[in-house]
Amino acid sequence: MSTITTIKDKAQQLGAATQDALQPVRAAALAAFNQLGVPAVKHEEWKYTRISQLFNQPYQLGVDHTNTDAAWQAFRLPEYETANELVFINGVYNAAASTVRSAGLIVLPLEEAAKGEYAQVVNKNLGHSGKYMKDGINALNASFLVGAVFIGVNRSTEIEHPVYIYNITDGRAGNVFAQPRTLVHVAANAGVVLVETYGSIGVADHFTNQVMEVVVEQDARVEYYKIQNDSNRSSLVSTTHFRQVGKSYVHAVTISLNGVMVRNNLNMVMEAEHCDSNMFGLYFTSDSCHVDNHTIVDNAKPHCLSNEYYKGILDGSSTGVFNGKIFVQQDAQKINAFQSNKNILLSDSANVYTKPQLEIFADDVKCSHGCTVGRLDEEGLFYLRSRGVTEASAKSLLLHAFAVDILDQIRHDALRAYVDQLISERLGA
Amino acid sequence: MNDGLSTIEQQITSDYKYGFTSDLEADQAPKGLNEDIIRFISGKKNEPEWMLEWRLKAYRHWLKMEVPEWANIKYPAIDFQDIIYYSAPKQTKKLNSLDEIDPELRRTFEKLGISLDEQKRLSGVAVDAVIDSVSVATTFREQLGELGIIFCSMSEAIQEHPELVKKYIGSVVPMTDNFYSALNSAVFTDGSFCYIPKGVRCPMELSTYFRINAQNTGQFERTLIVAEEGSYVSYLEGCTAPMRDENQLHAAVVELIAMDHAEIKYSTVQNWYPGDKEGKGGIYNFVTKRGICAGVHSKISWTQVETGSAVTWKYPSCILKGDHSVGEFYSVAVTNHHQQADTGTKMIHLGKNTRSRIVSKGISAGVSHNSYRGLVSVAKNATNARNFSQCDSLLLGDRCGAHTFPYIEVKNNTAQVEHEATTSKIGEDQIFYCNQRGIDTETAVALIVNGFAKEVMNQLPMEFAVEAQKLLAITLEGSVG
Repeated sequence: MSTITTIKDKAQQLGAATQDALQPVRAAALAAFNQLGVPAVKHEEWKYTRISQLFNQPYQLGVDHTNTDAAWQAFRLPEYETANELVFINGVYNAAASTVRSAGLIVLPLEEAAKGEYAQVVNKNLGHSGKYMKDGINALNASFLVGAVFIGVNRSTEIEHPVYIYNITDGRAGNVFAQPRTLVHVAANAGVVLVETYGSIGVADHFTNQVMEVVVEQDARVEYYKIQNDSNRSSLVSTTHFRQVGKSYVHAVTISLNGVMVRNNLNMVMEAEHCDSNMFGLYFTSDSCHVDNHTIVDNAKPHCLSNEYYKGILDGSSTGVFNGKIFVQQDAQKINAFQSNKNILLSDSANVYTKPQLEIFADDVKCSHGCTVGRLDEEGLFYLRSRGVTEASAKSLLLHAFAVDILDQIRHDALRAYVDQLISERLGA
Repeated sequence: MNDGLSTIEQQITSDYKYGFTSDLEADQAPKGLNEDIIRFISGKKNEPEWMLEWRLKAYRHWLKMEVPEWANIKYPAIDFQDIIYYSAPKQTKKLNSLDEIDPELRRTFEKLGISLDEQKRLSGVAVDAVIDSVSVATTFREQLGELGIIFCSMSEAIQEHPELVKKYIGSVVPMTDNFYSALNSAVFTDGSFCYIPKGVRCPMELSTYFRINAQNTGQFERTLIVAEEGSYVSYLEGCTAPMRDENQLHAAVVELIAMDHAEIKYSTVQNWYPGDKEGKGGIYNFVTKRGICAGVHSKISWTQVETGSAVTWKYPSCILKGDHSVGEFYSVAVTNHHQQADTGTKMIHLGKNTRSRIVSKGISAGVSHNSYRGLVSVAKNATNARNFSQCDSLLLGDRCGAHTFPYIEVKNNTAQVEHEATTSKIGEDQIFYCNQRGIDTETAVALIVNGFAKEVMNQLPMEFAVEAQKLLAITLEGSVG
């Protein structure tokens, strides 16, 4: 039986066995997945990223997630002692390993949130990303809503410590296919810092298909950091979907450093006037790593501002893909949207595919995009060499300077130091 | 500000000036497409057997292909059986001089502002006038002949220079390349052929004037330009069509081949009927244009001013195969009312030290949609490739759309590729600046639009620049000449 059939059967069984508030969502998603299937390279959104081969091998599905040891702790982020930690093992939320420290931070199993106080929020927002990601992969995640989590921040509450979300795959018992799912609701005038990271235990093939949806209400502020430095046998499709329903502020930074195939979808849907968002990204890849960043900025209402800046350093035979889409809907006047993608190729066999895309239906806007591909500046290298700096240090210095634009956007000090350290290690090697 | 824009709107809603029909007797094939029609066309043109075989092969391949749907354009499905694939103005005898041309035809050209004899006398342009698929007049042929330059219609070339046609036709745009190129290969009726021998610099701008005339005839032109080592040619293509209610299909193929140190400059002004204000009628312009820089240090430059057609689907491309070869693409695309344009270029860098430059300016007004779609590809062995692309869009009106789809694929780390694009409307500060200096709003808007397109207009040869300016003025610029 092929992997896809097995997965479909599993989803079917799951639907039959679980009768909760989320079942209609699962059923609809499964129907969508049955129809859409796994995207091939003919799919415009997957033109440069092959995903079908990930479905050519068997995975263990539905393993027991309750009994885990401390192996996941190797992936802890700095200052975890004070932070809120939410741990997903093989796609399922593990309450025993997780700690919620900050007052005002609500963490509930999604199916519980779907019937209580937050029923309406869940109802309105769960699956909203599906409207933008019509490629089967998003539907696949939604067809397996098990161990999903609702994160809520109450009105006018500033969550003091960051919320660390660990997406851990445990492959000690064989190949893993994990599908974590989170729905975050940041109520009016609230603020939160979300940090996501990924880790693989064991030497099997890991495949994570993760979706996080974040609803940002009036006057709320969200800082979001995604840090990926996974193993050489881990593949990842990670979708982060922001929905700004009121005048609000989102600051997102995506750092991708390793993995077999990493696909980041970052969506910014601005449904209110005066929304403001920043999207920054850095990918620094080597060997045969493939990193694909797809972003969507959808301006539905006037007076919004978005800034997007992605930088890539590509070594070995790695591949970098960037596709940035900016939509400005009709009547969404006075929009400012900027997008830039810059790439440095360090080796002969590294590839870059970049496609900065604008689709504009309103006239009173200022939108720009730009992209560059090149190698390290020869004159800069010469300048440093002529002052007695070794070639390796000169390169490292220039690359660090290239990356620092993005690193500076990490406003959490300990995290910034942590990522800096990862980059320095890579440059030093 | 608002006054200025409404002036523009008045101008852009002005009627299509070139909408008239010449009463020429046409020699037509029956509607529809099948192998017999292809045999009919081939027979009409008295073509050799290999040409017919080539057409039939293309037709059989076309039958297996599907209509491409990836472009950002919407139009009703085309019934390919409802088109007349051959229509030629009736001629009783061969023409020796321009005076023998049908007076009706002459008047058509005069209305368009290109009187053949005037051009012949004043500007030294050799015109290969094409009306409904058949070349009726070729001037300056003898003068060019002395230099060894062959400039004639495609049908003549098939008769007189079959070895050249056989060698190069379909070598840049294979008949299987895409749906419309396959269709064109099967049914093309005429076009221009141009061959510049080694070391010859063509002393004049070669020009062809396309016109779709009889109702319901698709125009399937095929142009082939070969520039041998060290030669240079500048080729102009102009297109205007009379007003029609039914949509007409135009699916041309243009192939350029530049050998070592050769240079080809290809300029187009396209002002086919764009349909009326409600989007009724208009030409479907599905064109495949591609050039190959086959030799070292060769250069191909495309310049286009696209103001017409209901739907445009066109990507003049350069394959930079020879080392040190250069590709250029300059484009102004203006869409208004219900027009749709999906246009751009492909720069395929294969050779070493190749360079390309893309400058694309899109202006959308009314409820039109204007897309730039371009590919810059640097292959693995294309060391030191260099590309610069710039695509700017200007929006006039709040119901139109401007879209950009640039694809950049780099597989070599010595490449340097830059792309930048902006979308905006005319800034109030810019208008204010002009107003302050005593320039009224209307003139200021015209000035800014003119300046926006200038970079591309400057690339056009003199003869065309004047006409292109006129066209822009008609479509957008108002009082600015």
